[in-house]
Amino acid sequence: MSSIDAGISGLPAEKPTTAPEGTYLTEQPGVLSWLTTHDHKRIAILYAVAITAFFFTGGLAAALIRLELVTPAGDLMTAESYNKAFTFHGVVMVWFFLIPSIPTTLGNFLLPLMIGARDVAFPRLNLMSWYLYITGGIFTIVCLLAGGVDTGWTFYTPFSTMFSNSHVILTVVGVFIVGFSSILTGLNFIVTIHTMRTRGMTWFRLPLFVWSMYGVSLVMMLATPVLAMTLALIALERLLGLGIFDPALGGDPLLFQHFFWFYSHPAVYIMILPAMGVVSELITASVRRRIFGYDFMVYSIMGIAVIGFLVWGHHMFVSGQSMYASIVFSILSFIVAVPSAVKVFNWTATLYKGDISFGAPMLYALGFVGLFMLGGLTGLFLAATALDVNLTDTYFVVAHFHYIMVGGAVMAYLGGIHFWWPKVTGRMYSEGWARFAAIIMFFGFNLTFFPQYLLGYEGMPRRYHEYPPQFQVLNVLSSAGSTILALSYLLPLGYLGWSLRYGPRASANPWRAQGLEWTVPSPPPVHNFDETPVVTDGPYAYEAP
Amino acid sequence: MMSLPQASSVASRVDTLFYAMLGLSAIVVIGVFTVIVWFATKYRHGSKADRTRADSKSPGLEMTWTLLPFGLFIVIFAWSIALFADMSRAPENATSVYVVAKQWMWTVQHEGGQRELNTLHVPLHQPTRLVMTSQDVIHSFYVPAFRVKQDVLPGRFTQLWFEPTQTGTFDLFCAEFCGTDHSRMIGSVVVMVPADYSHWLNEHVGPGLSERGADLFRHLGCSGCHDPHSGIHAPLLEGLYGRTVPLQDGTWVRVDDRYIHDSILLPAKEVAAGYEPIMPTYSGRIGEEDVLALIAYLKVIGGASHEQH
Repeated sequence: MSSIDAGISGLPAEKPTTAPEGTYLTEQPGVLSWLTTHDHKRIAILYAVAITAFFFTGGLAAALIRLELVTPAGDLMTAESYNKAFTFHGVVMVWFFLIPSIPTTLGNFLLPLMIGARDVAFPRLNLMSWYLYITGGIFTIVCLLAGGVDTGWTFYTPFSTMFSNSHVILTVVGVFIVGFSSILTGLNFIVTIHTMRTRGMTWFRLPLFVWSMYGVSLVMMLATPVLAMTLALIALERLLGLGIFDPALGGDPLLFQHFFWFYSHPAVYIMILPAMGVVSELITASVRRRIFGYDFMVYSIMGIAVIGFLVWGHHMFVSGQSMYASIVFSILSFIVAVPSAVKVFNWTATLYKGDISFGAPMLYALGFVGLFMLGGLTGLFLAATALDVNLTDTYFVVAHFHYIMVGGAVMAYLGGIHFWWPKVTGRMYSEGWARFAAIIMFFGFNLTFFPQYLLGYEGMPRRYHEYPPQFQVLNVLSSAGSTILALSYLLPLGYLGWSLRYGPRASANPWRAQGLEWTVPSPPPVHNFDETPVVTDGPYAYEAP
Repeated sequence: MMSLPQASSVASRVDTLFYAMLGLSAIVVIGVFTVIVWFATKYRHGSKADRTRADSKSPGLEMTWTLLPFGLFIVIFAWSIALFADMSRAPENATSVYVVAKQWMWTVQHEGGQRELNTLHVPLHQPTRLVMTSQDVIHSFYVPAFRVKQDVLPGRFTQLWFEPTQTGTFDLFCAEFCGTDHSRMIGSVVVMVPADYSHWLNEHVGPGLSERGADLFRHLGCSGCHDPHSGIHAPLLEGLYGRTVPLQDGTWVRVDDRYIHDSILLPAKEVAAGYEPIMPTYSGRIGEEDVLALIAYLKVIGGASHEQH
């Protein structure tokens, strides 16, 4: 067990043995007190429980998809069921897991602690966001029980409005509602960061995780209303036959795609910006150095958030959009990749002259850097119009966005969960199991999704229930990888669950990490800080070893 | 690993760009990976490496790795756009073939009246331009061996062109999700040497597209109003194609495929100035294949003169 006691730094940390008193977990017991809590830390836990449930529900749909694709013939499910399975997978993973994942769990828990605040600016609104999230989730689950929806998570018109015979309205209402949860969370975080920073916590002393929450909140607030509006228009066309998107009614189907991607491309940055913030925290704590190029890291977060709004048309190079529009969207898509490249180089440079330990959080962070790099570079292929013509709507695109959203965002999310686990729960987890899970996750992920790049280049279109036999070998490889990946996602459920009850008690700062959240006990008291902290230095002020 | 044929004039150019980017990406990935492994080994906890004077910023270095990728991206962008422009514009001498997509099949009409289902015959080394529309939802015409793809939309004509460079039969896929049997909306493109192709055309000849349009023009009752001898006040269609005409709302519109298409299916949308909006809609009464035949007919009676305008 030496690895647990050693901490990330490799130096032994003090080891408390008695149960702490007056923590946010123990004060006010009872289910009702949890469901009516205004405490940002408890709300984070509420989100974490719900999000974990959605993740495994969406994962089950993914497992069915991969199982079906082992053979070219459609032998496991009917075409209709397959279409419903990938739609359910997409809707649940995008809106009920990826978008809320880091902001509502780690963000809710850490944001006030990191800036030295008592809570978020609007605690009641925070609880309301969770209820909106749950209500939206219930709609989606009801839709599944009622028979599902078969439009794909993209709801392309006029298929979704005039042709699909499935539960489009129910799903759209679910997503519409969960959108307001995003908007309110974004609003809450922006006001919190502007008004509740403690003395000395200037903008350029904010940890990068806080900056990433700021960037993501802006995107959530400005992009999500467009999604809400678009979904409302779908419902109007479907219910009342208003001609908005269907050309038979005088509408324009490309209008829908513009609206949809105006939200959904920034939504990708909603998923990846928080991941970048988390990874910056994990790497600095494991390397025991200041982040390399803090200013550039801040500018690149904000650059991605802003330019991310101007690239939506790169989803539409073959849609019939004007060639000149495609040229403009292409160059902007290359430009938005620059800040991402800068971040990768800066993380790498942070390792230079560091004092590096390889605990589970660092393994997750390094896994993130590798997979994000592969996902980002293949994004450039898709930004290049002439290549995108061939690659779009094939498995190349499927592989690309899974490298970013699953390889990137989920790795970072799990890395963050491990890193702050002692703070949140007051317990340590099994370091050996955690490292094992991180490593097989990296390999399982690559085995699942790398073959999909090749499938895409060979021309296999996405959303195919059946496929020509020449694509089978790569599909079998991908499905084999997905079993390893599934195992690596189930493992943390086991050893983290075990640690909740049997894990050794964690000290206030088991990793000897910098940051205000590590100055309070683990788990923190309800009121966070006994005395308002005063900040005198920038983040990651690790002393020279 | 199977390898996809390069069966069109743009295929090898697309692949060259792809492999150039792949090479560049490999250099970046291997470079960053090497540096990470090197630092991770040298500066691992407990190692005796020199850790003095560790700067946490270097504006020069950071500007370098901001501007260097930016410059590279501009080069790739320019390369890609040059190719994309060629892929987007069909050559003047391309032969037009008309494609209508519907759940879940491809119907093809050639100028000479040949009609096909889920198959497209084309000649080797001659550019073919597809004029495509959809009867229902959005589909996408995708031939991986040609490296071309174009969405096919209802209520709009989109175009795609290619020049085959290999004979053979190549996969045609629908690439845009279009409902239950999306994955069965597949077909093939058959590339033949010109002699065989002419032979095939002669074997499958039917009434020409514009002749079929002329028949439809009479049978559907269009001529009842649009004939010069008709007592009803409706626009004359002779010599109309390609001209720019005024609309009731004061704007002007060019009489092209799209305008004729919409005037047949959505006649109230853009009413010509000086006429009552009395034309009934043919939406739901005729399919997109027939609309294409009518357009071909109106081109014949309206063509030739428009070059002078």
